[in-house]
Amino acid sequence: MVRTYFLLIWTWTRAAAAYPVSFTLMILFGIITSGLDVAVILVVFANTTTLAGFSRDEVLFLYGAASVSFAICDMFISNIDRVSQHIKAGTLDTILIRPVGAWIQLAADRFTPNRLGRVLQSAVVLGYAVGALDLDWRRAWMIPVMLVTGIVIFTAVWTLGGAMQFVLIDAPEISNALTYGSHQLNQYPLSIYARDLVKGVTYVLPLAFVNWQPGLYVLGRDDPFGTPEFLRFAGPVAALALALLAALAWRQGVRHYRSTGS
Amino acid sequence: MIELDGAGRSFKVRRRVVHAVRDLSFTVSPGEFVGYLGPNGAGKSTTIKMLCGILTPTSGRVRVAGLDPSRRRTTLARRIGVVFGQRTTLWWDLPLTDSFELIRHLYKVDRATFRSRLDELAETLDLGTFMRTPVRQLSLGQRMRGDLTAALLHAPDVLVLDEPTIGLDVVSKASIRDFLRRLNAEQGTTVLLTTHDLGDIERLCRRVMLIDHGRLAFDGTLDDLMATAPEQSSLEEVVTRLYTGAAPAQ
Repeated sequence: MVRTYFLLIWTWTRAAAAYPVSFTLMILFGIITSGLDVAVILVVFANTTTLAGFSRDEVLFLYGAASVSFAICDMFISNIDRVSQHIKAGTLDTILIRPVGAWIQLAADRFTPNRLGRVLQSAVVLGYAVGALDLDWRRAWMIPVMLVTGIVIFTAVWTLGGAMQFVLIDAPEISNALTYGSHQLNQYPLSIYARDLVKGVTYVLPLAFVNWQPGLYVLGRDDPFGTPEFLRFAGPVAALALALLAALAWRQGVRHYRSTGS
Repeated sequence: MIELDGAGRSFKVRRRVVHAVRDLSFTVSPGEFVGYLGPNGAGKSTTIKMLCGILTPTSGRVRVAGLDPSRRRTTLARRIGVVFGQRTTLWWDLPLTDSFELIRHLYKVDRATFRSRLDELAETLDLGTFMRTPVRQLSLGQRMRGDLTAALLHAPDVLVLDEPTIGLDVVSKASIRDFLRRLNAEQGTTVLLTTHDLGDIERLCRRVMLIDHGRLAFDGTLDDLMATAPEQSSLEEVVTRLYTGAAPAQ
């Protein structure tokens, strides 16, 4: 399955290279737009020393952690959100006649490596923050766990968004709100948001486990909302639960298509 | 090879139930070459989609190569070849060779078998001159020959063609017809051909099935079909009679 996926993205990469100018411009724009996110954080801290109780480097740490996971998913699986386009164009039929799962083919669909710029930029920010903060190294093991958890959560969110499009063929924007909206939310410490919203992203759609809960552990901070200590470690469980839900939703989505056609 | 038993497919359109295909039963034996005719909207594409597992039937039973398409879609995919005349399954920006190489991996065809099969197809379909041209630069006739090759690289037992000659010039049509006839005769591939081009039917199909309003309106040999109308009628006249509802003598 993994081999098939990489074969597919390699094929799409060569297809993208057929348009070299667009290819280069896209990489450039990727770096510029994600750079603007960091610029906003830096501008905020030019005027204040803390944001909702967090220092600049702590905020950059949380931003970097969420962004690395997000950017990796954005690069490798985000094309799953083109389901409605494929349904409208009838190309989903040509995907369904192949002996490979529809999820793999759609995730790899029209892959271009131009989002690599964003992954690198996020990694640099995270690397800088980890170096600049005086972290307790006995807690550093949580960093890779946090990144993997984040990748699983964002993959699940994208899959849910794609699955929704089997039903809401005319409203692909809803799934964008879910995916890109999730990332916007995670760029800042959750303590800047209202308590009810944070409850929602902790107990309903577990976005708080992308960077916030494990991040608090790494930073050695208490949760300003006073959630119990064990939640710092609940990320992998929450991620798996969401992934399971997404897989079921996807199955239902494909089944729904096969029972309605285009 | 293909078996439908009371297969039906209905859709809900604004709370009304529309039967695209109803109570369809027929059997296609291995090695047959069957033409599948019907006016626009008669249910041809719906049938084809049920055969490849893209659509799940709402009633009845469908079997292709012994498998239930809607439950075993990806397994069946290795045994069936599908060509949609109106859309390509090839990668738009890549040369044909790259699409074929990818298909080799997706269908897990071993290298030696793939090589000999591709050489054979490339020779009979005369792909030599444009194997390295990106698909988007191919003419319709060239692209169709590429699509046919792609559908046959894994040596399927059944080939399902949905309007493969649509928009082709006479020379391209002739070469595709010739190829299909030889494929069926020499390799014994079962072929189900949907088309609006009656020339395809006259030159290729021993057996013709005609579907209208989701029901099978005729199933028999081409000669039987001709016999449903007064003598000296052309195939076009015969088919027009059936499409416009003149009683099918069956």
